[in-house]
Amino acid sequence: MNTSHALPRWADLVLLPIVCLGVALLVAAAVVAMVGQNPAEVIMVLIQGAFGSARGLSYTLYYATTFIFTGLAVAVAFHGGLFNIGGEGQAIMGGLGTGLVALWFSATLPAWVMLPLMLLAGALFGLAWAAVPACLQAYRGSHVVITTIMFNFIASTLLVYLLVNHLRPAGTMSVESVAFSESAKLPDMRTAMAWVGIDWPTSPLNVSLFLALLAALAVYLYLWRTRGGYHLRAVGSSPGAAEYAGINSRHQIVIGMSISGALAGMVGMNEIAGVNGRLLLEFVSGAGFTGIAVALMGRNHPFGIILASILFGALFQGGAEVAFEVRGFSRDMVIMLQGFIVLFSGAMVYVIAPRLAWILAFANRLFHQSTQSSKSGATHG
Amino acid sequence: MDEALLGALLASTLRVSTPLIFCALAGLMSERSGVVDIGLEGKMLFAAFAAGAAGAVYGSTTVALLVAMVVAIALSWMHGLACVSHRGDQVVSGVAINIIAAGMTVVLGIAWFAQGGQTPPVSAQVRIQPLFPEIAAAAKDIPVVGGIVGDGLLSHNAMVYLALVLVPSIWWLLFRTRFGLRLRAVGENPQMVDAAGVSVTRLRYTALTLNGMLCGLAGSYLVLAQSASFSANMTAGRGFMALAALIFGRWHPVNALWACLLFGFLDATAIRLQGVHLPGVGEVPVQAIQAMPYILTVVLLAGFIGKAVAPQALGKPYLKER
Repeated sequence: MNTSHALPRWADLVLLPIVCLGVALLVAAAVVAMVGQNPAEVIMVLIQGAFGSARGLSYTLYYATTFIFTGLAVAVAFHGGLFNIGGEGQAIMGGLGTGLVALWFSATLPAWVMLPLMLLAGALFGLAWAAVPACLQAYRGSHVVITTIMFNFIASTLLVYLLVNHLRPAGTMSVESVAFSESAKLPDMRTAMAWVGIDWPTSPLNVSLFLALLAALAVYLYLWRTRGGYHLRAVGSSPGAAEYAGINSRHQIVIGMSISGALAGMVGMNEIAGVNGRLLLEFVSGAGFTGIAVALMGRNHPFGIILASILFGALFQGGAEVAFEVRGFSRDMVIMLQGFIVLFSGAMVYVIAPRLAWILAFANRLFHQSTQSSKSGATHG
Repeated sequence: MDEALLGALLASTLRVSTPLIFCALAGLMSERSGVVDIGLEGKMLFAAFAAGAAGAVYGSTTVALLVAMVVAIALSWMHGLACVSHRGDQVVSGVAINIIAAGMTVVLGIAWFAQGGQTPPVSAQVRIQPLFPEIAAAAKDIPVVGGIVGDGLLSHNAMVYLALVLVPSIWWLLFRTRFGLRLRAVGENPQMVDAAGVSVTRLRYTALTLNGMLCGLAGSYLVLAQSASFSANMTAGRGFMALAALIFGRWHPVNALWACLLFGFLDATAIRLQGVHLPGVGEVPVQAIQAMPYILTVVLLAGFIGKAVAPQALGKPYLKER
């Protein structure tokens, strides 16, 4: 690009994401104002709902847990130069794996065998669902973006088929499986906190939050502290150079997508094992796509992704609260804002960055002029 | 009986395929010019909302169609600003359009009409009616082929025929005109087009404008011809299915038409085959038929049935050297 518009490093890392988020928020606020709501009031209720009480915070973190998994999934693939748009399908398959294992074995196995088994099954199902498109890209040349979109639809129809025709107990109307036995239930945060003597409100938040944080740490260590992660990033940033250095890019495509799919598959631990205790439809409900926004906001770094997930968790929880309190507001406002964030932090970065650079350069010049004129004034005086 | 069933099946296939055809042609324009369009779904959804809202408020079919097209074109240009004028990621921009459309249509719907995100139904005058119902009714009485001709082929509204006419028109535009040659060239080798002194940016924006018009038609068909009002997420994945059809048709308008008809046929039969025992096969799960378009597309992309070759420059931003 034009080098005169290059941003200094601090601005690129810190200022640009904030400005992009700010633009997205401004546009969303404009829509809120256009439909006759008061943006300031909405934001106050939203923040109050998301962080104002222990219960609200608990819900925020519950949503954030799922987004950490799907955000990490997008980020790992991204570092390998791949766009995994199939987090939705991989999360559905992960939940299916988690649920199937629970349905089959939860009556006989104790929790300390059951829960790791469910995690493993979820991760493996998600992994498999991502590995197929990855292999098709690596060895058959079909683009992973298109195939993962197709796999999203195939996964959701598969889940519907299994639930409607096989897993639903005969004679029931609602499309869901029977409840798992107690051993397949991931402890919720109230129970877990009671062990260490802290009183925590009842909420869907469960210990899979710690699993998500561990996953973020593991992703960080893998990407920046292991040879495998280096290979993956090398292929992502310069496939030609990586190939020349003896890295097999096909293997890296499959490995990167597999890790990505496994991470997305762990969503089932939060939604199926942690909250619902049964297999049902719509437990992912767009979290795979939110993961894209989260990864873009978090600049594909695990730490950024945790922050962005909390932001999105707050938007979803706070949005629910606003929908309850402000007439005519709906959760779809949050979906819309999510779209604007993807647009401005993802697609429009190159529209915003040169303008930001121009403003910075202008401010810089003003600053220098004023210091120079004060200096020259001093010598004359 | 059989021919009546065939007629009904043909009729519903054409009805279901029409939005897919519009949308696949829209994707074709954009992707042939080298711009990936994941946002078909969102543009169609927003256009459907625009048609429903304008149709209900202004009570005019023309206004509804125009507003739908203008809205879809605006979204296309936004895509262009991010990915043609600048080097933003085309897939990310498409995803953004889809999410914005899913959220914003409901937000505006609730704010303007207060019906839980739906628009009020448009009146019968605004709806697009069958083009020649008398001839269709008369043709039904023809022995043997009456059901197929009367019910299957002649019972439709103008938009169905428009979609079918647009396929050869766009084929002609792309493969028999200078503009089409340039458009295809810009999707294969933009450097060459630039060197020949033709603006890459202008060509891609033109393609995106046509893309928006076609998405507008696809969306308004859903509201003005299929059902009478807009409801939340009413496109229900049709944009992605059209994208699949476009790829399954190997980025060629006529092949894409066949793919749309095939997918439409699968959709039409899926409803009819619910709970039906087929001889030799047993009961076919509806979901298997519903997933078929996506499975077929993946199999084609994997190169197991022929080879789908995308335009060379697809998804690559073009930067003019200075």
